[in-house]
Parts: sequence; structure tokens; C-alpha cells
Amino acid sequence: MDSQNLSLIDRIRDSDVYFSFIKSPTAIISTVILMIIFFCSFFVELVAPFNPFDPSSLDLMEAFTPPSWEEEGMSKFLLGTDGQGRDMLSTILYGSRISLIVGFSAILFSLILGVALGLTAGYFGGKYEMIIMRITDVQLTVPSILMALLVDGIARGLISRELHDEMAIYVLIFAIGISEWPQFARVSRAATLVEKNKDYISASTIIGVSNIKIMFKHILPNILRPILVIGTIGLALAIIAESTLSFLGVGVPPTTPSLGTLIRIGNDFLFSGEWWITFFPAIFLVILAFSINLLGDWMRDTLNPKLN
Amino acid sequence: MSFLKIDNLSVNYRMRRETVYAVKNINFEVKKGEILGLVGESGSGKSTLGNAIINLIDEPGKISNGSVILDGINIHAKPEDILKLRGKKIGLIFQDPQTSLNPLLTIGEQLVETIQTHLDLNLEESKTRAIDLLKEVGIKDADKRFDNYPHQFSGGMRQRVVISLALCCEPELLIADEPTTALDVSIQSQILELIKTLTKERNLAVILITHDMGVISETADRVAVMKNGNLVEIGTTKEILTNPKATYTKSLISSVPPTNKKILRFKIMEKEKNNTEGVNIKILGRWNKKEITTQDLISVKNLKKTFQDGVFTEASKNKVLAVDDVSFNIKEGESFGLVGESGSGKSTIAKMIVNLFKPSSGEIFFDNTCITKIKKNKEMMKFRKQIQMIFQDPYSSLNGRLKVRDIIAEPITLHNPLINNKDLDDYINDLLESVELSQKSAIRYPHEFSGGQRQRISIARALATQPRLLVCDEPTSALDVSIQAQILNLLKDLQEQLNLTILFISHDLPVVRQMCDRIGVLRNGKLCEVSDTEELFLKPKHEYSKELLHLMPKIESIYN
Repeated sequence: MDSQNLSLIDRIRDSDVYFSFIKSPTAIISTVILMIIFFCSFFVELVAPFNPFDPSSLDLMEAFTPPSWEEEGMSKFLLGTDGQGRDMLSTILYGSRISLIVGFSAILFSLILGVALGLTAGYFGGKYEMIIMRITDVQLTVPSILMALLVDGIARGLISRELHDEMAIYVLIFAIGISEWPQFARVSRAATLVEKNKDYISASTIIGVSNIKIMFKHILPNILRPILVIGTIGLALAIIAESTLSFLGVGVPPTTPSLGTLIRIGNDFLFSGEWWITFFPAIFLVILAFSINLLGDWMRDTLNPKLN
Repeated sequence: MSFLKIDNLSVNYRMRRETVYAVKNINFEVKKGEILGLVGESGSGKSTLGNAIINLIDEPGKISNGSVILDGINIHAKPEDILKLRGKKIGLIFQDPQTSLNPLLTIGEQLVETIQTHLDLNLEESKTRAIDLLKEVGIKDADKRFDNYPHQFSGGMRQRVVISLALCCEPELLIADEPTTALDVSIQSQILELIKTLTKERNLAVILITHDMGVISETADRVAVMKNGNLVEIGTTKEILTNPKATYTKSLISSVPPTNKKILRFKIMEKEKNNTEGVNIKILGRWNKKEITTQDLISVKNLKKTFQDGVFTEASKNKVLAVDDVSFNIKEGESFGLVGESGSGKSTIAKMIVNLFKPSSGEIFFDNTCITKIKKNKEMMKFRKQIQMIFQDPYSSLNGRLKVRDIIAEPITLHNPLINNKDLDDYINDLLESVELSQKSAIRYPHEFSGGQRQRISIARALATQPRLLVCDEPTSALDVSIQAQILNLLKDLQEQLNLTILFISHDLPVVRQMCDRIGVLRNGKLCEVSDTEELFLKPKHEYSKELLHLMPKIESIYN
């Protein structure tokens, strides 16, 4: 077991991807930033100085405290507090957890849906392929945020009011997921078309391997690279979409605020001088999305066989 | 006094882990009016050497030392001087005529552009000159075709245009890098003839880079043999081909399939000891060997295949008849060859026999059962097991994400799902040893193997289901000649010991002669002639067969 683990590490060290990674400062910096953000978000109970959702710890007297370096700032609230006296830093960390959960789940949903449809469309071809691809074409003409709004609106109509806050996060994941899948379908179809004409697929067909097995055992592992790349960039898009929807008030409810919700809440106070309530969540969102995008760009360049 | 002198030239590539010498301390000279053949297998540095002469080495490679002296001047002394020489004093012909012309410009524009870059001529004069050149390289109606785009020419015609481009500024040195490798044999001989005449008429110095010994023997005056960046041997063509001194040259020449006789096995110099008795076919004990009978194992009757494209176009339009009424049969234990140029439909027939394509009409009988009419998958599996295929491109025929063990295990477990792990491992090891690979290969990935080794893995996979018919679609045309000899030996041994029936598809006549008992000649989807191998080579019946045989480059032609 031990030697196998060692050889895996050695194999990673030996690989060109690792080599290109340690040669790219942007990739390293963005990975470090993302690791910190992921760590802080998922162990937020341990990291955050306060629990903003524990009403007993809130003190309305401390509301609207500016960041600690300002004159009226308090040292215990590094980034100040919001209108209910919640510590901004803790609220952001809790919010980013919601944003990341929604982003990851949504992208996983659209990835599974898009790859399954794109792979089968590319592999089987014919009328089935035409139908799937025309659906993606139609959906791509609708901006994805409108699509998500539409889904969200329909869901609101269908789900009763009491359940709505509980279900909001699932609705959001579904709405964002359904609006992003055509990207994955297109890319995986194109990659499948290339792979299925290669001889190793013919060899498996001649042996008698079933279509399902050929698709998932042979083609899928070979088309994962481009899917991984657009998946990464898609993750940034999904997080931004979540924030946009929450900003518009159709996302997660204010009781469990995400980054977008925080920006919306803070937006109301922007003109009364409490800039930090909206500024810090916004800058956090920018750093998060930007790091993911930089990492995605690096992956695209490294994993693209044409550039090697 | 020689015209071109290469003096101690070296090219190295600085890679991540080490510095690789692609060309090491090469010295040779070329005279005017002489064709120097530069031969070697892939990775020998022959193309790099050609590029180094004109200082066209891409990063991270660089010329580390040595000089190139052209007409008494060191052309590498000043980097900017070489720009004036390229295209003017030195002409270049590349391998692929599809990509060496700009598809968006007419050939006339491309010729005039090159002429005006180097010579002080006005548009009219350059145009006249261009048309004269096109006539010289054998393009009919040159003044009309002047305004055509590259896609309006065939492959051979396009290569003529490339040659006219190379010649348009009266170069004195011509470097041709595999100028005929992408072309069919009939066009190849025309292009080589053209290069030969131009060399004589214009008193050119020519460096002809190629891997094909047949091409060398028919065109070159002198030959330089390269291996791993070193110059192994240089001498007149006759000397090198008939009496090679270096061991490497000897083994290279003994690997070339002779065109004038059938030999039992190729001599492999590196592994002289186990050469005589052949491989130890470990799977023999497991093999359910079929006795050789006179029965037909496979018979193809009136096979037709049409391809049509476009969902929205009418069915009658855009029809391509790839295979047109082909009938033949193969006896159990026989090896049957199908030869033809590109587009003759030979691969399409192979794909119909292994049931990758359905024929448009006609029938294929395997062991007296019509396999083209089987609908049920279960029924088909019985035949899938018995017909296996080996592909041309060893790089795309193995799934790079699976270990060799899993690649070979797939057919075994599929047709015998109850096999236990130990038996499976034993079987895989036996298969690997039968194709002369070590047992350790099983835990490695395909990218760790060379082209020849990958082809062996492919063969092991094909043998795993114990097929009776092995369809080999150009199994060696992507391989170097010494590797080709090994693979062909292996296939011969396997066939002999396992009583396999082989359908061998190739464009390479000498290879087919070595491998097959009977041969079918295909042209444009039609079967011209089916004859016994010796009869076809000695007394071809069909006009097209005669032509093909006449045009194929013969390494033996040097003896005459």
C-alpha cells in the first residue's frame, strides 16, 4: 500500500502537468487562495471569530461598526459589522460556504446532465443527436441568468410558501444547473465525435463490447480533460450566477445569506456611508471568481493537447 | 570542389530533463548535378538535418556547432543572410502537398509572390516566368490553371506546384523532405522522375530525405545513412545497397521486403539468436486449433457500399460508391492480400467484414453462415469472437487511459465472464509473451511503449478471443522498416503455429508479396484481379496490376 502511494506521488511529480504547475506563478497563487477560501468556508465554525446566526451573540448596539482601522472601528470586528451587529468577516465566510455549495452542486448537476446528453448524442448520432443539439442551440439563445430566473419563478409557483425558504437552495442549484448544461453537452459531443472515430473504439466494437461500456469505460475518460476545463470556468460562472440571483432577491433567503445576499443587503446602506457592508462581500466574490478563472485558464493551456 | 559542404554540424534540443542531440557532428558534401539520399528511420535526425542546413530549427532546438558552406560561403555566419538564400539559392519541397500551399491564394499568386521577393521582375515578367515553370514541372494548360486554387489540384499535381515554387528563383540546392511519402505509388514515380530530370537539366545539387529504400535506389546517386543523429555510413547508392559496411545499414537493408522474391522470414540483426526458430507461442496450449481444410472460411459475394452525406440533401445526390460489386473468398489457414491505392475501398471492405459497417448490398459468409443478415446481438457475439482486426495507427488503436493488462483483459472477460483472476493473469501473461513482450508490460500504460510495441499489444488483444480470421489493415505502414520486419515475422509465426486465416490489406506491394498466398488488386472499389501471389508478380493479367508492378520502387533496380 505504502509503495503504491509513493509511486502515485512520484508519478504526479514526474508528470508534465505538475511541471507546468510549478512553473506558473498565477496557477500557484490562485490555487493557494482557493485552498484558503475552501478551508475557511468548510471549517467556518472553527475559523470564524463569531457565529452570526447565533442571536445571543448579536448586540444591536454594535451595529454599523466600521472596519477596525477606521476611527470608530472596534478591534474585535476586523471588517466591521452590518445593520444587525453581525461581524462582517464571519458573515462573509458563512456566506461563501453557501455560495460554494450552490456553485459546486449546480455545476456538478449541469456537468452530469450535459455530459450524459452530449456523450450519447455524439456517440449515437442521427436524429437523437440532432434533437439534443437543437435543444442546446435554442437554450443558448436565452441568457442563462434569464433561464435561471424563469426556473426560479416556476418553482415559486409550484412550491408552497412555508416550504419555500427550505427549498430555496435546491431550487437555486437546479435553476443554475439547468441553465449551464448546454456548454457541457456541446463540448462533450465534440470530443466524443473525435474519440469515437479512433481505432481503439473500433477495436472494442469488434470485440463485442456493449455501447454503454464503450461510452463510459473508453470514451468518457478520454474526454474528461476539456470537460474539466470548462467545468472549472463554469464553477466561477455558477458562483457569480448564484450571487446575481441572490442579489436580485430570488436566491437564498436572508436568514442564511450567501455572498450575493450580503451584497444586496449592503447595497441599501451604500449611500448612507456604510460602504463596508457591501464592499467586502463583493471584493471577496471577485477574488473567488477571479482565482477560479485563472486556474481554469491555466488548465486550459496545460491540458490542451494542441498547445503542447 | 563540392558545392555544399556540411562541416561538423550539430543540433541539440534542451529539454526539461536533458539536452538531446538530434544531429551529432555530421560531415558530408554534395556536388552539383547530384542527388544525395538521406535515409534513416524515424527519430534519426534526417529532417532536422535538412532544416538545420537552412537554419530553420524551432525552439528549443539550436545549432550548437558546425557550419554549412554553400558555394564557398559559410551561410550560418550571419543569420540575416540566410533569409536571402532561402527560396533563392536553396529551394525546399516538403512532405505534405496539402499543407505546404496556402489554400486562400491561387497558385499563380503564390508563385508571383515568391518570384518578386527574390528577383527584380515586374508583374508581367513574373507571370510569364511562373507559367513557364508550371509547364516545366508538367502541368498541362499552365496559363489557365495559373488562376486556380490549390484545392482544385490533385495531390500529385499539388506536389508539382510545390516543386515549381521551390524552383522559381533558380536555386542551386534543392532540399526535398519526404517529397513522395504522402502520395500513391503511381504519382510517386512521376514526381521522382521529375526531380531526376530537373537535377540533370538545371545542374542542381539535391538532398532527398526519405525513409524508403526503394525510392533511394531508384533516384539517388549517393546515400547517407543516419541513426540517432549520427551519420552511420555514406557512399554511392550501389555500394550502400549491395555491400553495406556498417551493421546498422546491413540490418536496415535486410529488413526491406524484397520485391523480386518471397522470403520465409526477415533477418533481424539485433536478435540473431532467436531468429531461426521463431517465437515461443505460449498460447498454443490453450488454442483451439482448427485443422486447415480446403473449405472457404470467408466468402464475399457482390459486396457494395455507398456513402452519402447530408441529412437534408436528397438521397440520390452526393453518393460515393466506395466498394462496387466485390466478390472473393478466403480459405481456412490462407493469407489473402488486398492491395490498392488510397481510395480504392480496401479499408471499407475490411470494416464490413469485421462488421463495423453494414454493406449497402451483397453478402459476407463466414463458415457458411451469412453474417451480414444477423440482427440479434447474441448471435453476432459468436462471430465477433472469431473475427478480429489489427489497425494501422498504433497510437490511436489503444485506449491511453487503460493499463495494458486491462486492454487485453477486456475481450477475455467479455467472452468468458466466469474466468477467475489467476487464470486471467496467466492468460494475459501468455499472450504478452507470445507477442514477445515481457510480463511487466501488463502494469504499464500504452504511452510508455514504442509504435512497434504498441502494435504487438494490439495483436495480443486481437488474439485474446482466439479468432479464426485476423483482418490486418495496413498493420505496418506506420512503422519503420526494421520494426515492420519484426512485426511481419511475428504475424507469419502466429499464422503458421495457430493456423490463423489472415486478410492482409496494404498499399505496399513488396510487403504483400512476403505475407500473402493470394492477392486481390482493387481500384476505385472494383476488384481488378485475384491471383496467386507469384503469378501476380510474374505474370499480371490486368492492365492496372501491370502498371502498379511496373511503378513500384524496387530496391533491386540498383543491381541492373
